[in-house]
Amino acid sequence: MGRIGSCLAELRERGECALIPFLTAGDPNLPTTEALVLAMAEAGADLIEIGVPFSDPTAEGPTIQRSSERALRSGTTLRGVLRLIKNLRPKIDQPLVLMGYANVFLAMGERNFAEAAKEVGVDGVITVDLPPEEGGLFFDSLIECEIDPVLLASPTTSESRMAMLVEKTRGFLYYVSLTGVTGARKEMAEGLEEAVAKIRNVSEIPVCVGFGLSTPEQVAEVGRFADGAVVGSALVDLIEAAETPGPAVASVSEFVAKLKNALR
Amino acid sequence: MTVADFPGRFGEYGGRYVPEVLIAALQELEEAYPKISQSGEFRAELDNLLATYAGRPTALTFARRMTDDLGGAKIYLKREDLAHTGAHKINNVLGQCLLARYMGKRRVIAETGAGQHGVATATACALLDLECEVYMGEEDVERQALNVFRMELLGARVHPVSSGSKTLKDAINEAMRDWVTHIRTTYYCIGSVMGPHPYPTMVRDFQRVIGVEARQQMLDVEGRLPDVLIACVGGGSNAMGLFHPFIEDDDVQMIGVEAAGEGLESGRHGAALSAGSSGVLHGMRSLVLSDDDGQIFEAHSVSAGLDYPGVGPEHAHLRDSGRATYVTADDESALDSFVYLSRMEGIIPALESAHAIAYARTLAPKLASEAIMLINLSGRGDKDAPQVRDLLAARQSGSH
Repeated sequence: MGRIGSCLAELRERGECALIPFLTAGDPNLPTTEALVLAMAEAGADLIEIGVPFSDPTAEGPTIQRSSERALRSGTTLRGVLRLIKNLRPKIDQPLVLMGYANVFLAMGERNFAEAAKEVGVDGVITVDLPPEEGGLFFDSLIECEIDPVLLASPTTSESRMAMLVEKTRGFLYYVSLTGVTGARKEMAEGLEEAVAKIRNVSEIPVCVGFGLSTPEQVAEVGRFADGAVVGSALVDLIEAAETPGPAVASVSEFVAKLKNALR
Repeated sequence: MTVADFPGRFGEYGGRYVPEVLIAALQELEEAYPKISQSGEFRAELDNLLATYAGRPTALTFARRMTDDLGGAKIYLKREDLAHTGAHKINNVLGQCLLARYMGKRRVIAETGAGQHGVATATACALLDLECEVYMGEEDVERQALNVFRMELLGARVHPVSSGSKTLKDAINEAMRDWVTHIRTTYYCIGSVMGPHPYPTMVRDFQRVIGVEARQQMLDVEGRLPDVLIACVGGGSNAMGLFHPFIEDDDVQMIGVEAAGEGLESGRHGAALSAGSSGVLHGMRSLVLSDDDGQIFEAHSVSAGLDYPGVGPEHAHLRDSGRATYVTADDESALDSFVYLSRMEGIIPALESAHAIAYARTLAPKLASEAIMLINLSGRGDKDAPQVRDLLAARQSGSH
């Protein structure tokens, strides 16, 4: 079992839901991202999702779109993100998962990327626009390198397709809570608990929920029935609002601690 | 599974590279499209609209003065500029919007660059009583204020897109975000032979009418098929519509003309087939303009319709297989040809189509006088007249 599997198994045993904060690598620059990830780990993050910026992020709402633009302006590349992981890996125990778009990973070559990611200690990869039908070689290369390709499911996923996704995903299944793009929402999606229960009926695989979660209350609610809760845009908003890295680290750290408290 | 029995694959290109939320909608479309489009009722309704509303068949015009002037091949023009709304775009939107209505989707969204596809979609939605929302890059909204007004006049809502490069590719991104959000009620009417399966196939099928008509018209007039087909390629729908019915005719050469913009070496162009690499953009694997780190370039062309950093996947396959060849024409030669065709034939071509004319002018003199060349005149140039006036004025003041 990889680092993601053991982390989520341990939490499940304790009856605890994983807090999974997200941020975009290189927003506003890679040294700040490194400081932010270390602060998140310190403040109670169980697993950390690191976004690889892309010029055309079709699944993102305005907050993460802007963070990708800032990251690209600061010259962030996939190779730069891998160097960031290399720096972080010896300093923290939490699993590190990359999240990005197919073109950026495939531009490096499936096997090249998988080997490079293994070398620096990437634990999992989420590719927003690469369904299993298209990602065969990529996912196989990751598995060969002992990296978990984490697949996504959504409210529009049919039952038969869900059976295929839980079979093929590794580490956990990322359940997109709503039909929409990333970003904070006031209301949680309806029927979320039932949707997760349905997945539980057919598989033991841990289910982490993301998209639209932004408050400690929402995270606590998801924590009742899911293995993990992903919070992205609310944290990226804090990074955007801070004018210098110092206050960004402080406010992110404080908010992550609040979110984790809601899950304890 | 072999490539041949994987639907929506063209060699290594095509496919369905989309977020999970969209998969179900694409599967729904993939099932509904053949069922509905092959039904007699749909076919009859679409054929009737094409004939009585869009003005089909469009004419095939012998370009006598151009032929004499260039002193080589006999040149014919397929007159898509004569179709309603002034370009071939109407063929596709009538098909897709009618399909949307048959599928029970009352809300249609579309992306547009310069506004031609947006105007065509707004037109079809007005005709078929559908709600229409169009995404358009903020820069294009400013450059094409008149088309924004046209769309609004036709009852559409236009959303300016301020993310990324604020042009066509970002308008597509935003349309996809809308679709993800309103997936259950909304039909996404894509404007070219691009995007995730089944769009490249579906848009091609709706545009095939160009080539089917032209093929018969050539047989009627010349008693034989043309030797060369020429069409401009941005996303590639007018070219695919012309080429596809000729694919099995091995003796018919097919040439697509991409925008070289300020020159391929300048990096400011829209030539994904000539200078791109295999990548994933807007739901498809195709040839795209992307840097070594996988970030998409902004395309550039004097013609907004060719200003796109990708291309339809079937064109990428036709290039690899050698069945079609792809060349380029730059901004200057397109501008010259815009004026040339206006003076020679009394036809003001769209700047997009002027790229096809530009390449034809270099090729025709090299061909024998028995050779027949068929150029797809994909749209009329009225929309480009103000821009061309300014460009010509700038050119003139630069030369004095």
